[in-house]
Amino acid sequence: MDMTFSEEEVAFRDELCRWLAENSAGDLPADEKDVFAWRRDWQRRLFDGGWAAVHWPVEYGGRGASVTQSAIFFEELGRAREPLPANVLGMLLAGPTIMVWGAPEQKERYLQPILSAEEIWCQGFSEPDAGSDLAGLKTRAVRDGDEWLVTGQKVWTSDAQHAKWCMLVARTDLDAPKHKGLSYFLMDMKQPGVTVRPLVQITGEAHFNELFLEEVRIPHANLLGGEGNGWKVALTTLMNERAGLGFFLQVQLRQQLDELIEEAARRGLIEDGYVADRLGDLHMRAEILRLTAYRGLTAIERYGQPGPEGSLLKLMWSESNQLLVQLAADLLGPEALCFGSRWSYELLRARGNTIEGGTTEILKNIVAERVLGLPKAR
Amino acid sequence: MDFDFTADQNEIKRTARDLLVKRIGWAQVRQHAEEGRYDDALWRELGDLGWPGIAVVDEHGGAGLGVVELVILCEELGFALGSVPFLGTATTALVLAQAGSEAQKQRWLRGLASGELRGALGTRELLPDGPGADVAIVLDGDGAMLGPGGAIEPLATIDPTRRYGRAPDLSSFEELPGEVAAGVAQAAVAASAELVGVARRALEMTVGYVKDRRQFGMPVGAFQAVSHKCAGMLLATEGARSATYHAAWTADAAPERLPEAAALAKAAASDAARQVTADAIQAHGGIGFTWEADVHWLFKRAQLSAQHLGAGHLHRRRLAALAAAHIARAAA
Repeated sequence: MDMTFSEEEVAFRDELCRWLAENSAGDLPADEKDVFAWRRDWQRRLFDGGWAAVHWPVEYGGRGASVTQSAIFFEELGRAREPLPANVLGMLLAGPTIMVWGAPEQKERYLQPILSAEEIWCQGFSEPDAGSDLAGLKTRAVRDGDEWLVTGQKVWTSDAQHAKWCMLVARTDLDAPKHKGLSYFLMDMKQPGVTVRPLVQITGEAHFNELFLEEVRIPHANLLGGEGNGWKVALTTLMNERAGLGFFLQVQLRQQLDELIEEAARRGLIEDGYVADRLGDLHMRAEILRLTAYRGLTAIERYGQPGPEGSLLKLMWSESNQLLVQLAADLLGPEALCFGSRWSYELLRARGNTIEGGTTEILKNIVAERVLGLPKAR
Repeated sequence: MDFDFTADQNEIKRTARDLLVKRIGWAQVRQHAEEGRYDDALWRELGDLGWPGIAVVDEHGGAGLGVVELVILCEELGFALGSVPFLGTATTALVLAQAGSEAQKQRWLRGLASGELRGALGTRELLPDGPGADVAIVLDGDGAMLGPGGAIEPLATIDPTRRYGRAPDLSSFEELPGEVAAGVAQAAVAASAELVGVARRALEMTVGYVKDRRQFGMPVGAFQAVSHKCAGMLLATEGARSATYHAAWTADAAPERLPEAAALAKAAASDAARQVTADAIQAHGGIGFTWEADVHWLFKRAQLSAQHLGAGHLHRRRLAALAAAHIARAAA
């Protein structure tokens, strides 16, 4: 057991911190409409500096960073209060999936523009009637010569309004059992038949969208991983969903908690037994999240896969973040509930934490079945 | 970054588990609890194996290993609910080694390391492993007093898996001259490890039970009301485990950060063990509320160990104060 970082890891962190000290995305644009372009510019700078996707192998333009170095990258990005790069779905999800399942010419075609933010990606998995029960999705793809004709509807599609490509899972065989009749496509978003309609969240922002597909044409060459293999390919994407990003979120939680503790101390609230107890509890949760994430890194580096703790991180983070913002509202009173206060935004935004990227209920099912070996839930 | 045990440490863990599985079944836990006594034969065996002295320096007859190795044994003994005065003896040695005079160390450490002498560490109000101890350390404000086990009065608590005492009269006690904080923090980490073991056992029992028990034609573990409770039990247990292992490593490798790490571990382990053992009773249903089912031993141990060396709320307040001080320093 050694909870210090190796020389190599420290050198990696130092080099990154030096770069971050000299490079910044700058201030968040005042107009929300400009935020995506700002993050796109930020990714280009990261790319030029060689920091766009550190976990990608060197041959695809990454640094071949270890999982620990990748975690360090996201920690430091968060610590420097810089935004996530624009093409985060491309770098974390699409790229790694294409690396596993892609034909050589697909890797050649798609990977580089992901890194450079030239082509933004979105994820077309969920549907109105297929959320947690993803394999029940109904979007239909029918073979038509060298092409597939796709019709259906997707939902919660983040960044679809900016995306050139979509990781699309559609049903190609109606007769096969539900997990087996699916195929995974790389779909061009900029073509007739693709309609993107923004969905306004409870925060008032529109980060995700509805995606309507009407006889959209996808070349057969854009099938990824072979016909009928879509579920397996999608699992590769989903397994990457929480990689690395967790460290960014963990650092953000820590920063917000520190701000709340500072604010509570400034108001003399920290002497109050109840306040101290709640803040102490959150401090404990934030530290446990960080430590458990480190345990997960060790498990991956030693055994090639996360241990039981790996499945728990998102549950820990989302619950803690919701408790944090609710406590902020308790301590700061009405001002935390008014526009202009960042806490009012965080209070609303945090409600999504236990839903996005796997609901708490689904994650608990997964933990119960796969980690504890309990029978499949009813 | 390597947040896992070394091969040697894993070997200690495996050997400890194998031995305890052979020596302690629920029948033994029940028998010793109902008779209100310790398993003296097992205690002698553990002494011969050098368990109580695992973290005592060689000079005083110990194995000279660290808090990480001690924590491994504490966790396994908590898991097994071993009826031995291990926690009291090992933690008395920890505090004595940190804060005792040379004469006090010479007098007591070798005997504690071999298990020939039994120790108890706690407060005037609560001394786990107190009755039958040869020597006791009673925490008193920022300091501690050392005295004979004879001054300890037995205390009847709800936890019959361990003997508890109190020390109303410290007139026969002498002061420990050194700083006790570091030793007490190490002891809190040891107690946290025992709580992690208790929680792990409660979870394991519960998972076994809900797979087996059928209602409405299926195992009750197939119902999400039950399976999600089990997932929550795992969450609490693994979180406490992260905090406890980290604190053990901190004690050995980065002692300047031990006060915070130990408070974190004890708060997390106390909360987790109480929650998990309570949920274990609930998930067992009616049978879980009976004397006959063994799950209540774990709940009772968790309740008492959670109070030992500071209940969760005391450590949480401490953490808030430490975090506020840290932020103020960073801002200055």
